[in-house]
Amino acid sequence: MQKKEDHNPIIQVFHVHKRYGSEKALTDISSEICEREFLFVTGPSGAGKTTLLKLLYLGEPVSEGQIIIDGMNLSRLSRRQIPSLRRKFGIIFQDYKLIPTRSVFDNIALVAEAVGTRKRLVPKKVRSVLRTVGMEDRLGAFPPGLSGGEQQRVAVARAIAGNPKIILADEPTGSLDAEAASLVFNLLKSLHERGATVIIATHDTALIRRTGGRVIILEGGRLQVSTTIPKLD
Amino acid sequence: MLRIFKRAIQDILVNSFLNSVAIVTISLCVLIISAFALFYVNASAIMDFWVRGIRIMAYLGPDVPEPVILDIKQKIRNMNGVGKIRFVSKEEALETLKEQMQQQASLLEHLDANPLPDAFEIRIRDTFRNWQDFEMLASRVRSFPEVEEVEYGQQWMGRFMNLLNLFRLTGYALACLFFMAAVFFVANTIRLVLYSRREEVEIMRLVGASEGFIKDPFYIQSMIQGALGGVIGLGTLFVMFRFVVGDWTLEIGDWKLETASDFQFLISDFQIQFLSPEIFIGILLGSMFVGWLGCYISLRQFLK
Repeated sequence: MQKKEDHNPIIQVFHVHKRYGSEKALTDISSEICEREFLFVTGPSGAGKTTLLKLLYLGEPVSEGQIIIDGMNLSRLSRRQIPSLRRKFGIIFQDYKLIPTRSVFDNIALVAEAVGTRKRLVPKKVRSVLRTVGMEDRLGAFPPGLSGGEQQRVAVARAIAGNPKIILADEPTGSLDAEAASLVFNLLKSLHERGATVIIATHDTALIRRTGGRVIILEGGRLQVSTTIPKLD
Repeated sequence: MLRIFKRAIQDILVNSFLNSVAIVTISLCVLIISAFALFYVNASAIMDFWVRGIRIMAYLGPDVPEPVILDIKQKIRNMNGVGKIRFVSKEEALETLKEQMQQQASLLEHLDANPLPDAFEIRIRDTFRNWQDFEMLASRVRSFPEVEEVEYGQQWMGRFMNLLNLFRLTGYALACLFFMAAVFFVANTIRLVLYSRREEVEIMRLVGASEGFIKDPFYIQSMIQGALGGVIGLGTLFVMFRFVVGDWTLEIGDWKLETASDFQFLISDFQIQFLSPEIFIGILLGSMFVGWLGCYISLRQFLK
């Protein structure tokens, strides 16, 4: 049963191009990502990793080609349907993107409310996700008062507050020390084990080798390799 | 809904300076517009008061047969703007004259014949406001060959009525102008608030918040601004009104503000009124609409 679910494509990318003016950011990208998959997108800086993630949640429109997310063709999506597409994702940004003027609780409650969680269930939901990332005791704190690792854990908590099918993490450990990075990465692994599809954009090849799994390598906006790397013992 | 309302109140408090500027602007616009409305309403009421006293007297020639009189009466009654019509026979007119002359009435006793004509006394409907309409009605009454002369109100009243109409048009134009100014100010305030919170709005969009979830607090916020501006503007006008025509006094230390003790309105039995509840609510809803429209314009531009 588990095996069958694993082979259902949840993301399909067909000959996607992305241009900013005359500059090509992505060229002819095609790939398929299955449900419950744990995938790395890697490549050097400027390879197009972040751009590819942005195209998935319609942070940017594609210039050419098509993307299908969980049965939704992004080219045919109306403006009104964009929020429901984005609720399929839990996005972890490299710069966390937490609202500095709102408490940890409010930052997460915002997502829970936005996805339609009942008002009386919101505090319970917020506490639950903060417990998952080990930050339950900091719910009254404000983001500027947290360390980078703590902010990233809050960002992870916010990403899972809407029970998304897909977790997108853009360089989630890029600005963290080794201990904090390990903590955040383990969180992502545990989310995957609970059934989420996890896509991580990173240039940390050591992390990929340590973990193993399917890897998409981009270079100069082109897909160079899509392969599976065995976990290092 | 309560949640959105709470968020809107929080947002107003967080950006209190910007929101205060918008509220003061709206209240000033409301104050000016409602002062115009107050003046117009009372001037119209005075006009109505005078108009109720206006009558057109149509004097008939001698020896008009009764069937013709009845026919003319019916035709005049059917004319637009005619409220009541009464036939005043020359005998009744003479009796009335005698009553008015009192001690000199004996002079009339020696007349060989009644010199007064039969007449129609025509009262005008309350809705009849335009002096040109009065003149047109009078000329239509005069067009009957049996009618020898038509008398009606004073010319100055016609001029006053025209002035009032001009004032009303000026009021409309000013209301439009202040309406646009208020919308402009609210739109700019919301734009500044949006700009200061662009990061938050962007994050909300990225996490899948619907447009309504993002926009509704702004709409509520600007409608609260509009309502507060309206209440402050109307409240200020009411206080000023009470000081002018009422018996309010305000004492701050040695400084004292009170109604002029000899204030009397020109027409002794006319009571100057504040705005009716309908107009009051209308202005309040209008100021809320100003808030809503200002918000709509800036959201449309900002959230493209």
